[in-house]
Amino acid sequence: MSSDKQTLTGAQALWDCLVREGVTVVFGYPGGAILPAYDAMLDFPIRHVLVRHEQGATHMADGYARATGKVGVAVATSGPGATNMVTGIATAMMDSSPIVCITGQVGSALIGSDAFQETDITGITLPITKHNLLVTRAADVAPAIREAFAIAANGRPGPVLVDITKDAQLGTCELDWDGAAPDLEALARPGHSMGDDPIELINAARRPLILAGHGIILGGAEAALQALAEKAQIPVAMTLLGIGGFPASHPLNLGMMGMHGEAWVNTAIQEADLLVALGMRFDDRVTGNIKTYALNAKKIHVDIDPCEFNKTVKVDSAVSGSVGDVLREWMPHVATGGRSTWIDHITELKGDSAVRDIQNLPDDGHLYAAHVINDLWRITEGKAVVVTDVGQHQMWEAQYYKHESPRSLITSGGLGTMGFALPAAIGAKVGRPDAEVWVVVGDGGFQMTMAELATLVQEELDVKIAVINNGYLGMVRQWQEFFYQRRYAATPISGPDFAKLAESFGLHGATVTTRAEVAGAVATARKCRGALIDFRVEQEDSVFPMVPAGADLDKMIRRPSPIVETAAD
Amino acid sequence: MQTFAVYVDNKPGVLNRVASLFRRRAFNIESLTVGHTETPGISRMTIVVDTDERGGRLVVANLYKLIPVRRVDNITDVPTIVRDLALIKVSATGDARTQVMQLVDVYRARIVDVSPESLVIEATGTEDKIDSLLEVLRPYGVGEMVRTGRVEMARGTTTPARRGARATVVGLDDAGAGSV
Ligand SMILES: Cc1ncc(C[n+]2csc(CCOP(=O)(O)OP(=O)(O)O)c2C)c(N)n1
Repeated sequence: MSSDKQTLTGAQALWDCLVREGVTVVFGYPGGAILPAYDAMLDFPIRHVLVRHEQGATHMADGYARATGKVGVAVATSGPGATNMVTGIATAMMDSSPIVCITGQVGSALIGSDAFQETDITGITLPITKHNLLVTRAADVAPAIREAFAIAANGRPGPVLVDITKDAQLGTCELDWDGAAPDLEALARPGHSMGDDPIELINAARRPLILAGHGIILGGAEAALQALAEKAQIPVAMTLLGIGGFPASHPLNLGMMGMHGEAWVNTAIQEADLLVALGMRFDDRVTGNIKTYALNAKKIHVDIDPCEFNKTVKVDSAVSGSVGDVLREWMPHVATGGRSTWIDHITELKGDSAVRDIQNLPDDGHLYAAHVINDLWRITEGKAVVVTDVGQHQMWEAQYYKHESPRSLITSGGLGTMGFALPAAIGAKVGRPDAEVWVVVGDGGFQMTMAELATLVQEELDVKIAVINNGYLGMVRQWQEFFYQRRYAATPISGPDFAKLAESFGLHGATVTTRAEVAGAVATARKCRGALIDFRVEQEDSVFPMVPAGADLDKMIRRPSPIVETAAD
Repeated sequence: MQTFAVYVDNKPGVLNRVASLFRRRAFNIESLTVGHTETPGISRMTIVVDTDERGGRLVVANLYKLIPVRRVDNITDVPTIVRDLALIKVSATGDARTQVMQLVDVYRARIVDVSPESLVIEATGTEDKIDSLLEVLRPYGVGEMVRTGRVEMARGTTTPARRGARATVVGLDDAGAGSV
């Protein structure tokens, strides 16, 4: 690190600033336009994780950010390097994950000339970044990096891309760290509140529900949420990304809401007289048909981003701010709750759900994905950081792995990006080396980014991988089964022998075909540094309950009762 | 219709960011004008959007997400002065020419160029006034026309947009419930 004013190249200024921002690791892939930066990197205390595809770099930075709460950094060259980042940037944008992507750009004199490997990456990423910057002079590197970090981490977090031309990396400048400080006042945004007094609504409610989203975790509001729920005796329903923000074992935690949410949760939402939405955004996957959504309920919406107010669901009261701050301000005014009638009613709603639960199916020789995940939860004592991909296994994970603490479930919710899990898990493990990190991934999604197994091995990282192998693009197959007369267009998928594949990379590999083998295989994997288990599960199992897209939230397709199912077998 | 005065950093690409936002969120821009302000480095846009009050709130909130946006005022319901400027080329000779010149007088417009075959008229006023002038000129043959689009300013005393001014957002604080 340098003292206050010093002559550096733009490339040196880049790393100097990153180090001062607290960065110790970056995920990247070199190339011509970013070469000066890579050369300068060797002189700074930075760990570089060489990815196998730049999409992986962005997911790793994202996984790192979600696991640690710190800003993740991805680096790529111009042109194809930069365009490969697009999916990962969009994923981070949809889930409000703070990452900074640094791309090399052709020399500033060549910009606009269709030079070799020139791509207008700031233009391309305009709608999928929180902000992006093009840097064409060495002197602008430091202010750009400092601004990027401030923007990525403050307010509603999100991805920021900094595109740095080759001449800006090679040119020299006086690095003035203090002078490069971002104008925080200029970045501040007016907050606003509108509608009814939320305290009055809460204190008057007899059937209130809290809907807890990602904002709880992003805002560090877990304790404030628990204090409010307990004081006012309000049950809490979770969004997919909210999971971990409130302990699964807490008596007031109802479980997940939405398309594959628990039946009683969705029914309770429809019956509630007040919804207190905290750091969630009424995504269509949680509301179902918006016209019939929670018609009996007044709605309070707390979010750091006023853009979310009245975007899809009309609310009666909107409060902008960091959830924790808002809840702490509410606390003294919230009346102590006595809502046992309502809570008892919800318990009753669970009704036959327990009977229908797949956990109660006898071990009939079939291996169900839900069994695998439930066993994994039990064996890891619910303490692993689980990183999932997208599809059926993702929903089963959310249903059957009980998360007690924040940042223990990492998953692509908003964009639903297949291929996310393995690279995001690598990022999570780099960020939290002491955590037991498990990937839960489908055989489809795994094949999208499995090249990152090489990254895992090169970096000597201990990540365990559970491939939930059903031989189908399962979630799509399920839609075809339910809504397209079982016409399985392009959903049967083959793959390699995953255990052998893992072994060829130098990882422990195993294959499991019956429930009886699950515990042993997981126990062995836990002892190895890096392991993959290929779970050959029931091929045509479906995720229940399911609210068909656009249907009313309480019009769920339920799992046929086990008796019926056993009879059909 | 909702009208916004938007103060932005005068940097390359800002118009693109604003336009991209409206496209992505499917808001229809009715008119957009940009010009310098009294503060160096800050430009002002007057944007008219085809939406209702609720949409207007979303427009304000979304504009504030753009980093170069310093301040947004929804001036739809604020008493304002609205002006549109038009240059209209009318082909008029002989009698017609006299009639056109009389109309120009009635509308308090000005003739700014004269050639044997045509006149160029400069008119300033509300959009309605310009529309109505155009209507009466059309029978004579409007050859060419250019309009600035609506520029608008609140009446009375207003605070100039300082860099990073933490603005109150007109039209948003309905009840001021809760806390921020
Ligand atoms: C990149 C990408 N392409 C396509 C999809 C659409 N999609 C959603 S789930 C799914 C099937 C996933 O199959 P698999 O990875 O085997 O997991 P499973 O559902 O079987 O658990 C597909 C294709 C997607 N979400 N992401």
